[in-house]
Amino acid sequence: MAEFRLPKNSTVKPGKHHDAPSGAKKSRRFKIYRWNPDLAENPRTDTYDIDLAACGPMVLDALIKIKNEVDPTVTFRRSCREGICGSCAMNIDGTNTLACTKPIEEVHGEVRIYPLPHMPVVKDLVPDLNQFYAQYASIEPWLKSDTPAPANSERLQSPDDRAKLDGLYECILCACCSTACPSYWWNSDRYLGPAILLQAYRWLVDSRDEAKGERLDDLEDPFRLYRCHTIMNCTKTCPKGLNPAKAIAEIKKMMVLRR
Amino acid sequence: MDKASTSKSGVHARRPLSPHLQVYRPQLTSVLSIVHRMTGVFLASAAAMLCCWLLTAAAGPDYYAWSMWFLTSWVGYALLVIWSFCLFYHLCNGIRHLFWDIGIGFSLRATYASGALMLGAALGLTGVSWAVGLAVYFSG
Repeated sequence: MAEFRLPKNSTVKPGKHHDAPSGAKKSRRFKIYRWNPDLAENPRTDTYDIDLAACGPMVLDALIKIKNEVDPTVTFRRSCREGICGSCAMNIDGTNTLACTKPIEEVHGEVRIYPLPHMPVVKDLVPDLNQFYAQYASIEPWLKSDTPAPANSERLQSPDDRAKLDGLYECILCACCSTACPSYWWNSDRYLGPAILLQAYRWLVDSRDEAKGERLDDLEDPFRLYRCHTIMNCTKTCPKGLNPAKAIAEIKKMMVLRR
Repeated sequence: MDKASTSKSGVHARRPLSPHLQVYRPQLTSVLSIVHRMTGVFLASAAAMLCCWLLTAAAGPDYYAWSMWFLTSWVGYALLVIWSFCLFYHLCNGIRHLFWDIGIGFSLRATYASGALMLGAALGLTGVSWAVGLAVYFSG
């Protein structure tokens, strides 16, 4: 049964405020979710007034500036700062996206930053993604083939077959879509969620893969696949502009067509 | 690493759940979806009311007069308006779901356009059916 309210230890309290440096030209308030595993306290939101005149354009730039200049204890994941690694996925201004590709100017007023929704929090903006990765491993995301590879050559694809992977291979597994999905919030123990199902479809349509039947058998389940109710929050939030909802619908069609 | 730090009884058990409904911005995609489910629940209560109405009709004129008294009170009218909207919303959005089921209309643009069209159709059908129904009721 879905639990709509946060558990007692997870309710968010107001936290500390950090003023902008004196002489700030273009001050903007950032409200950031904080939780420290070393303290026996509930999560809180700290506010930081930042001078945007002395800050890069993206939300990640502001987070790095806060960590460097104001509060070194603010904890978040980041790596490539160009939207290809997926590390800095978080909830910014109410929707999931990558902090490195989200311009501060797109947010009106206070910039509210929370970890990816409905996940266990390791610290501050860092969610525990172990379950997500275990679900990815469960779909066996590699090429499965009984036919031996041709000698001295690759397994070739026609340009048309290769084109079927467009819009799928670009997924960076940032988990923005899965953690935007209410179905995944209530059933993440049994529903695979949009990101993993898009990856499953990526192998199902690969002309070189020969395990389509077994892959579909594994997904034929009231929860693993069919908890998708076409809410479309996944497609709406994907920072790479992909369409997990469409991929899931294609899997459902494959299920019907193979009967 | 000792065993305690890897088991669920350690820090893992204390980990808070990150906010979800509390922070996620409502948007057309999720709002139309939850309204679809709520209209479904309301329609179940409408089916119960329909049964009551038929039962009183079968039980005799006195009982039937009682259920008509309720349905033509302002509470009854309000419920009928809500139920009729629920019916048309659930019907129109159900057709939208049928298109999705055959893989049509998944782009964000199509999703928003079909959502607006569905909402307009549900409101329009509710209005038209009430206009026709009331005209027939009061002329007859």
